[in-house]
Amino acid sequence: MLSVEDLSVEFRTRAGVVKALEAVNFSVQPGETVGIVGESGSGKSVTAFTLMGVLDRAGQVTAGRALFQSNRVAVDLLKESESSLRQLRGQELSMIFQNPRTALNPIRQVGKQITDVLRCHSDLPPADLRLKALEMLASVRIPDPVKRYEAYPYELSGGLCQRIMIALALACSPELLIADEPTTGLDVTTQTTVMNLLKDLAAQRQMATVLITHDLALASEYCDRIVVMHAGHVVESAPTHSLFSQPRHPYTAKLIAATPEPHKSFAELMPIGGNLPDLKAMDLAPCRFSTRCDRFDSALCGQTPLKRAALAPDHQVACWQPL
Amino acid sequence: MAKPSTSQIVTQRILAALPSVIGVVIVTFLLTRALPGDPAAFFAGPAATAAAIEEVRRNLGLDKSLLEQFFLYVGDLFRGDLGVSLITGQTVVYDLMTRLPASLELTLAGLVLAIALAVPLGVLAATRPNSWIDHGIRLLATAGVSLPTFFTGLFLIYLLYYRLGVVPAPLGRLNILYSAPPQITGFYLVDSLLSGNLGLFGAAAAQLFLPAVTLGLFALAPLTRVTRASMLGMLSSDFIRTARASGLPPRQVLFGYAFRNALLPIVTTLGIVFSFLLGANILVEKVFAWPGIGSYAVEALVASDYAPIQGFILTMALLYVVLNLLIDLLYVVIDPRAGVES
Repeated sequence: MLSVEDLSVEFRTRAGVVKALEAVNFSVQPGETVGIVGESGSGKSVTAFTLMGVLDRAGQVTAGRALFQSNRVAVDLLKESESSLRQLRGQELSMIFQNPRTALNPIRQVGKQITDVLRCHSDLPPADLRLKALEMLASVRIPDPVKRYEAYPYELSGGLCQRIMIALALACSPELLIADEPTTGLDVTTQTTVMNLLKDLAAQRQMATVLITHDLALASEYCDRIVVMHAGHVVESAPTHSLFSQPRHPYTAKLIAATPEPHKSFAELMPIGGNLPDLKAMDLAPCRFSTRCDRFDSALCGQTPLKRAALAPDHQVACWQPL
Repeated sequence: MAKPSTSQIVTQRILAALPSVIGVVIVTFLLTRALPGDPAAFFAGPAATAAAIEEVRRNLGLDKSLLEQFFLYVGDLFRGDLGVSLITGQTVVYDLMTRLPASLELTLAGLVLAIALAVPLGVLAATRPNSWIDHGIRLLATAGVSLPTFFTGLFLIYLLYYRLGVVPAPLGRLNILYSAPPQITGFYLVDSLLSGNLGLFGAAAAQLFLPAVTLGLFALAPLTRVTRASMLGMLSSDFIRTARASGLPPRQVLFGYAFRNALLPIVTTLGIVFSFLLGANILVEKVFAWPGIGSYAVEALVASDYAPIQGFILTMALLYVVLNLLIDLLYVVIDPRAGVES
């Protein structure tokens, strides 16, 4: 359904060119939930913005393809014209954002924001737009939709705003949903409710989902497959089960060791040393994890290009000496 | 959370403006009493005897205590009595009634021109930041604000009247061939239309054009800059990204979503620019022989004619209060959050 191949994105800033993404590869099958995990700055959101075509002005795609195929269309998202992309956005693929409060127009009634999207993607008569929007509000389990239709974002809680955001994104029944940290800023109970809602809706509509998160535990609970990103590289991608039972990239292993779990004590959590490398540096090492890796071997790991191999048909690793 | 209705908000804002009005009345009273010179001696004239001056002082009520004087002053205000101007020989109320509309008409016309130009330019600059269009617009706006209004005015007169002859002589609100329309609002443009006299409307508009352009050029810079900055901020905000990611057409994203949100700072600046222009167009009024209250106040000040000054200060202060009230109410219309007390 979605196949991202060798995607590279650069940001041209005053301080230099930031190589935000380099040769990113992953794919999503119909109806599947794929998690993209990694620490802040690893390029998760940039990947999502690139696919949706809402990257900042400074960002430029320098290489790669993003083949998208649904029942109705088959296109390369990176080659399409702006106007035909606009037809796809919201209708074939949609996105929900972190921080639902700022992601909604603060001075427009939330119901009207949903009808705005419906109006540009469907030919429903005006009277039905409102009904359809109310139906969407009900489907994301918002109590008293008729009253909430007229609410402004500042009058709603974060959890309710995120549900509105979900209703907005799903209004035109997209085939692929990109959820960028959908539960950031929500309390734990609301987090679970929102995630379960997303999961149910995805199953109901047989919609593929890309879940972007820094929360490995959350990803393990909801995703069929997981793509691990580090400093703009995909370092490992595998089915959730094999990724956790047998991580092959040193970064993934460290990430799992650093994830809190109920049976682990605080002392058992292993922090990952070092920082993300400076993506503006001219002499960026081919393996961007090399400065933080215990297994670093300059003769082997310094080679260009970085070795990307499939250790099993569905298990890819970008490492010279995988675990 | 109970949401106050619009009429509740309006009543509340009007009540909140009352203390300002009371403050204005007190300050105007004290300020004119604090001005140097003895009004009694001034009114009585240079040849008056001490007894005559005392006589005048008693007639003017200046021998009473400050508190008594204040209540007399407030009483006069309630009767709509602001005293008599020595220069014109008319009551101050009459003078202000004829001259204030002239100033307001000029300021509003300048402001409308400025908005009509500044908002599209600001939006254009914001959608193409750091392009040559953006730089060109910045240059135009900076030139407008850095040239003093009397210079722009004189230059425009030289070019458009003296050299090219495309506008009438800068001699007030109307060419001498015309007589003023019957006073309804005091705005010649409106009054001439209301009385159905199109020829008069054209003549009034022709006179108004140059001074309005002069003022408008000056107001262009702050409005353009604020529009640009505010639009840039909105265009990079999260909800615009949501709107674009939902496939909304660019027109709707730009005007329906970004511009409406960008309006708040623009309206605030508009209020500031308006009050500034109203006080600062004295020079323009002088250059174009415009019979407004700015030139009236300056003439009164030069002649130590206190009643008109007092009336002028009071009028301007009340105008500012009304203006701020209007802007407050405009906020409520634009932003649903503005009605909610924090």
